Amino acid sequence: MQSFTYERAASAEQAAAAVADRPDAKFISGGTNLLDLMKLEIERPAHLVDVSRLPLNRIEETAEGGLRIGAQVRNSDLAADQRVRSRYPMLSQALLAGASGQIRNKASTSGNLLQRTRCPYFYDRNMPCNKREPGAGCAAFQGFNRMHAVLGASEACIAVHPSDMAVAMSGLDARIETISPGGETRTIPIGDFHRLPGAMPHVETVLGHGEMIAAVTLPLPPPGRQVYRKVRDRASYAFALVSVAAIVEKSGDRVQSARIAMGGVAAKPWRATEAERMLAGAAASNGAFTDAAEAALDGAIGHGGNDFKIPLAKRTMRHTLAAAVESA
Amino acid sequence: MTETKTSENRPTETRNGVIGRPIDRIDAPLKVRGDATYAYENALDGTAYGYILGAAVAKGRIAEIDTDEAEGAPAVLLVMTHRNAPAQPDFGPAVTPTVREVFTRARPVLNSERVRYYDEPVALVVAETFEAARAAAGLIRVRYDEEPGLYDLPARVADAYAPKRTNAGFETDSVVGDFESAFAAAPVKIDATYRTPFEHHNPMEPHATLAAWSGNELTIHTSAQTLANFRAGVASTLRIPPERVRIVSPFIGGGFGSKLIAHADTILAALAAQVLQRPVKIALTRQQMFANAGHRAEMIQQVRLGADTDGRLNGIAHDVWSATSSFEEYCEQTAVFARSLYAAPNRLTRHRLVPLDINRGEWMRSPGEAPGMLAFECAMDELAERLGLDPIELRIRNEPTRDPERGVPFSTRNLVACMEDGARRFGWERRNPTPGRTREGRKLIGHGMAAAIRPNYIGAATARVAIDRDGRVTARLDMTDIGTGSYTILTQIAAEGLGVPISSVKVELGDSRFPRTAGSGGSWGAASAGSALHNACNALKERILEAARSSEASPLRGANATEASFADSEVRVGQRSASLADLIRRIAPDGFEAEGSVAAGAATESYKAYSQHSYGAHFAEVAVDCDTGEIRMRRMLAVMGAGRILNVKTARSQIIGGMTWGIGAALMEQTVLDPRHGHFVNHDLAEYHVPINGDVPEMEVVFLEEHDDKANPFGAKGLGELGVCGAGAAVANAIYNATGVRVREFPITLDKVLPALPVIAI
Ligand SMILES: Cc1cc2nc3c(=O)[nH]c(=O)nc-3n(C[C@H](O)[C@H](O)[C@H](O)COP(=O)(O)OP(=O)(O)OC[C@H]3O[C@@H](n4cnc5c(N)ncnc54)[C@H](O)[C@@H]3O)c2cc1C
Ligand code: SF4
Repeated sequence: MQSFTYERAASAEQAAAAVADRPDAKFISGGTNLLDLMKLEIERPAHLVDVSRLPLNRIEETAEGGLRIGAQVRNSDLAADQRVRSRYPMLSQALLAGASGQIRNKASTSGNLLQRTRCPYFYDRNMPCNKREPGAGCAAFQGFNRMHAVLGASEACIAVHPSDMAVAMSGLDARIETISPGGETRTIPIGDFHRLPGAMPHVETVLGHGEMIAAVTLPLPPPGRQVYRKVRDRASYAFALVSVAAIVEKSGDRVQSARIAMGGVAAKPWRATEAERMLAGAAASNGAFTDAAEAALDGAIGHGGNDFKIPLAKRTMRHTLAAAVESA
Repeated sequence: MTETKTSENRPTETRNGVIGRPIDRIDAPLKVRGDATYAYENALDGTAYGYILGAAVAKGRIAEIDTDEAEGAPAVLLVMTHRNAPAQPDFGPAVTPTVREVFTRARPVLNSERVRYYDEPVALVVAETFEAARAAAGLIRVRYDEEPGLYDLPARVADAYAPKRTNAGFETDSVVGDFESAFAAAPVKIDATYRTPFEHHNPMEPHATLAAWSGNELTIHTSAQTLANFRAGVASTLRIPPERVRIVSPFIGGGFGSKLIAHADTILAALAAQVLQRPVKIALTRQQMFANAGHRAEMIQQVRLGADTDGRLNGIAHDVWSATSSFEEYCEQTAVFARSLYAAPNRLTRHRLVPLDINRGEWMRSPGEAPGMLAFECAMDELAERLGLDPIELRIRNEPTRDPERGVPFSTRNLVACMEDGARRFGWERRNPTPGRTREGRKLIGHGMAAAIRPNYIGAATARVAIDRDGRVTARLDMTDIGTGSYTILTQIAAEGLGVPISSVKVELGDSRFPRTAGSGGSWGAASAGSALHNACNALKERILEAARSSEASPLRGANATEASFADSEVRVGQRSASLADLIRRIAPDGFEAEGSVAAGAATESYKAYSQHSYGAHFAEVAVDCDTGEIRMRRMLAVMGAGRILNVKTARSQIIGGMTWGIGAALMEQTVLDPRHGHFVNHDLAEYHVPINGDVPEMEVVFLEEHDDKANPFGAKGLGELGVCGAGAAVANAIYNATGVRVREFPITLDKVLPALPVIAI
């Protein structure tokens, strides 16, 4: 870890300006991801702007009937919030399926969205990794890639985004509010927030340097039952091999509407729009769920170690859809 | 849980009833309060901090190393590389002339420009703070001439060689009868090949050392399991007499076999402290532990079983191909247990090694049995199914009356009793022998069992025990407590032996100035150190009695009855008695002291005349999710016959810890060696999975009443590692029973069962 200077931001605008001022500055929130990466010198910011004490830690009702979650709301608090639990249960489930109690107590909403991949080659500075060092090559492509992406990857990078929270937020059509150094704000739909790797896997989001996340807003909860299902190698404290967030609205024996997002399969939470389209109006049946799952994984490519994720994702999705309609 | 009681009148025992009692861990209050000081927490004035830089390649030589920037960095005191490190002996041959030298040989660090394995130390930075040292380490530039290395075991099995011996000095091969012919002729056969992966010990406390010189005396605060060997290894690496090295290791945050020998933290701290004339502290990082602190090697194991149609084995063969290091051989005794477990006239066990460009393997959690039984006890399950026989019945039909290869009788062997008792408690008869048939909702349920065997090792040990004028007892020995409960059971042994309450006994461990023991390893600790302490207490009693009978001031002067006892803090001779403290005050105001010893087991007559092992039976119930293939434990049971149980609570903790490692081995533990780069890919605890609380189900442990009078004076046998032996196989067999999928490549992750799981309609 290299030495760095540290300041505590007094306001959101000032924080954004402080980072924008220096190309080698970064925001720090809970630090549960950034500090680990700094110790290994994967991230080497020379200046840290601490945003964790900014008054962005409230969860408020919005005019449209949704919630506005301050960027500094801790993962534990968000998961425990009564409104989240009753109106956005799959968000609460996703948060509680992530990391450990201790980490969730520290981790912020913004930091969770911006956490970096757990690709083990990314974590080892001696290994070639385009994300860490553009142009160096990708050690995972022909290496140990059990945890890696099957959708939306490129030859340059097959890493996945590890967040559970973001997958649920994707299914809920969350919007990310940011503030820039000049004080201007913008709202980014979560689907546009993370980038696929293409030729530039080191550029992971659409945020500009110094642009700070201020909040995440959830629109009015969609009708239907919500389920988050995370599949992992041990009972807790493991990243998703595959996860599915599903909201299925049923009317009679038919699916009225469905929203489906997948985790563990791509460099961003993956919305299964084609599957959603197929399900709208379809019978709530084994066959329809199976077809939807097939469609969701259409075009998926395995890289050897992660081939199993394709059938696993299909089976998990089929089952999660069924679980969502069971008592809908 | 059945508790083993001290019931019969045994000549070598008093009957104070302290041994066996489930008393709480003596060191627990210190640990929960954070008052137990671990190696890295020791503070000495003027301590400097070291940080190790590891090699970026797995094989080659350092062509250039530029330390200028690091040397100029703030607060840096020293940058040590092979160019300026104090001279050390050469590494020496890959195989030491004797078994003992494995533990005591020199293992120099920063001694050459050669890189032998990935992340091998290439530089040490010492600075005023840890942070400064770590930052400066990042400024060192190294250029390597990289050489192609060998990292792929399965691809290189043809190059395997037979070592001269296995770990712990067992024969490499054993041959009885003619296995090949018997197997060819056997009406029922199993020929199955299993693979077990690289695994890492991963104790919670990393390898850490604070080294300080005072003149030419070196004190090392570290985390070590066996102090005498550790000291000898340090001394030979530093080329100083062992008497000048003191090792202090009172508390150890887990070792699992990875702290038997000194690692780079210790050697480099000692060297840097010498150069700087200041205390130096170094810990390996979690990532560094994967390359630099031992591992269990990857193995390929072929098990062949030939039986008649009644299930009687005609032939047993267990062949093991294991990875080893190209520069230091380590051959885990993986097939050795098979020499004692089941009867069969024709037998073959063989160990072969494939050298790779990796660091040496080290003794990990039941070396030999842990991987060996994982394979072998699955093969027995496969045979039972092929025969249409219950797996317990198959084992009973092959129960030997004498050790099948040595021909000597067993000291005690309660394997059948363990299996039968376990079957009753577990409800084994309700298991559906046809796999894949038991479903609860969308989960497949399965039940499996496996046998457990683990040799009883006794290491040479001495203990010193003293009693003062207030009747307070202090026992000292260089034994260690690696979280197993040594402090507690030794306190019980001394309290029992001298007839004093537990609160009057203080046991001091973990200092190489104390009498030498074999330390903690191989589950020999309790029996070895315990026997020595038991004998020391007997010697102390004799001294007290002698003085009590003869001393002028003694209230027992002249008591000449031969029968004497120490109980309830009193000494009784015939009809006369006196308070122990009062007696000591009168006859020896300075108190008494005595020593006691035991010889290494292998050297004793009883060890030669008897086959000495602990036994057990494991039972497991698993649930497999039909949709995702996730495998979760539902319950486990272990029934153990391991001699007399010294403390039912600490013994149970040992066994459930072992069972938990069994879950790990069966379901998740695996370090991936990248065959291109030669590095362990998943080298941290986020990616290297051990079972967490949620993975550990309800566990029941039962100890059968047993007293092995061939083993040692109080009839106890090694226990710690028995819990892991066979536990993983019971889990694997349960998975097979649940799913009908036989996975022979460990760990059994969901991707390996998923393709065969039914897609159940919704
Ligand atoms: C062992 C372990 C296991 C884990 N398991 C899981 C898991 O199973 N599932 C899961 O989802 N997560 C898991 N996590 C990840 C965890 O959720 C993240 O570390 C956490 O959410 C990051 O939040 P933070 O506030 O600590 O972020 P920080 O570490 O403070 O920051 C992360 C990044 O976000 C940037 N940042 C922070 N706040 C802002 C802001 N307001 N605006 C702009 N940029 C900002 C920082 O500059 C940094 O680049 C695990 C982590 C660990 C260590
Ligand atoms: S997958 Fe991406 S993060 Fe991993 S090594 Fe390749 S480029 Fe780096």
